[in-house]
Amino acid sequence: MYEGAIQDLIDELGRLPGVGPKSAQRIAFHVLSADPADVNRLATALRKVKDLVRFCTTCFNVAESEQCRVCRDPRRTNEVLCVVEEPKDVVAIERTGEFRGRYHVLGGAINPLEGIGPDNLKIRELLFRVGTGEVKELILATDPNTEGEATATYLALLIKPMGLTVTRLASGLPVGGDLEYADEITLGRAFEGRRAV
Amino acid sequence: MHVRRVELTDFRSYERVAVDLDPGVSVLVGQNGMGKTNLIEALGYVATLDSHRVATDAPLVRAGAASAVIRCAIVHEGRELLVELEIVPGRANRARLNRSPVRRPREVLGALRMVLFAPEDLELVRGDPSERRRYLDDLLVARQPRFAGVRADYDRVVKQRNALLRNAYLNRKVGGTRGQDLSTLAVWDHHLAHHGAELLAGRLELAAALAPHLTKAYDAVAPGRGAAAIAYASRLGEALQADRPALEAAILERLQERRVAEIERGMTLVGPHRDDLALSLGDLPVKGYASHGECWSFALALRLAAYDLLRSDGIEPVLVLDDVFAELDGSRRERLAGLVSDAAQLLVTCAVPEDVPASLRGARFDVVTGAVSRVS
Repeated sequence: MYEGAIQDLIDELGRLPGVGPKSAQRIAFHVLSADPADVNRLATALRKVKDLVRFCTTCFNVAESEQCRVCRDPRRTNEVLCVVEEPKDVVAIERTGEFRGRYHVLGGAINPLEGIGPDNLKIRELLFRVGTGEVKELILATDPNTEGEATATYLALLIKPMGLTVTRLASGLPVGGDLEYADEITLGRAFEGRRAV
Repeated sequence: MHVRRVELTDFRSYERVAVDLDPGVSVLVGQNGMGKTNLIEALGYVATLDSHRVATDAPLVRAGAASAVIRCAIVHEGRELLVELEIVPGRANRARLNRSPVRRPREVLGALRMVLFAPEDLELVRGDPSERRRYLDDLLVARQPRFAGVRADYDRVVKQRNALLRNAYLNRKVGGTRGQDLSTLAVWDHHLAHHGAELLAGRLELAAALAPHLTKAYDAVAPGRGAAAIAYASRLGEALQADRPALEAAILERLQERRVAEIERGMTLVGPHRDDLALSLGDLPVKGYASHGECWSFALALRLAAYDLLRSDGIEPVLVLDDVFAELDGSRRERLAGLVSDAAQLLVTCAVPEDVPASLRGARFDVVTGAVSRVS
């Protein structure tokens, strides 16, 4: 145990995800010996993230103003809407450079074990957006696990009757790898889900 | 396939031990409590990443040591594979294959294929249906690894669905009228039926493939006592076919019928997690009718049938019989020996060497507190 401020800092750092007590101590002493200007910049960044970052009122992605960058971009089409669980999924899909439509961030997936139902997600807002009639295709890009699949099925059941195309991202083997290196569960499933060419 | 060498460090009663084994028969002789089964348990751990005796890893590590290490050289089709496992209780185990670390210990599964019969297997016959479901599912995964994923998905869906039903049940109890709670039930029904049908189809096919091997194996260990048979028993109906779309429809239909009961009890009452493997001798069910000896023979026959089935698939697993011969009379010993003597590798443990029939005299090892030495 250290005294006062340094121990406070170690404690706070230790509460961050992925930071254990040893790392927290190392970071705290690094901060202590760092240039005051650097430390100020870090402190400002920490304060700003809470003060300035908001959630886009349209798609619920992280944003710095009323709307996020994707929603503000006039070159994008409103006809295709991609539904994801978290803001980090938006970043992942943006990196592909393939998608030119808009996003909708649910803020999680249906998970009864953690008490998360449709009411806790931005689903009503999604229905509202889809209901305007501008959207022609809805892409369900929730995670390929039990909860993500359940969320996708729930949305599909809800939205398909509204008459638009609903699609789900494909899952299977990673590209660029060798077939022999895929583990037998992934490969076995890809085999099950094979399609005609 | 055979185990050429096994080395243990701080595993159970062993501080350090190394045993070199040959293909064919090896007999481990030792008094009770000397550590014969510990050696078998270590091999079983390499094969399944699980102990057949305890549910947690802590008892596997020698008292006072921080971790246990199992090092096992396996020869398969002329090639040697070295599997190293470090068991650290409360933390993730570490594994190496041919000296290079693997990302997940799961990747060493399949390096050693083993069928083990141990006294605990009496539970296969006498225990809860869950024992028999586990027997089927483990064998299913050994034949088609994809089912490890199917089983995990199915278990997860059941868990989530139970949580949903449970919350609805609790809300009703306190007088809430939140019909909203169950709005996602249809989704979980759909996924339960989808994964459930896949698992069910796999188990049905397996039970059908296994049945003739079981009848043959039981007749070999306990001849003239009536034909032994197994049949997959599902509450979905009799004589189900392994047809996935039909099974999926049947599960969905049954879910509709049981809807009220499920909500009243707050749990999932339909699906393969409630099924069983029915065991019968002649016209009678084994449970409640069979003697101790018959139950024991049936449990042995279930393991031998699994061994036979894997062999007919072209896999030559190592066969391990832990403390088996003491339970059998002379003629049955000979019959069992005849059945297993051609195994690529057979490990037998016993307290009294005379219990093992002469036809199985291979290499002999003496096991005395913490040491294993080759005698012949």
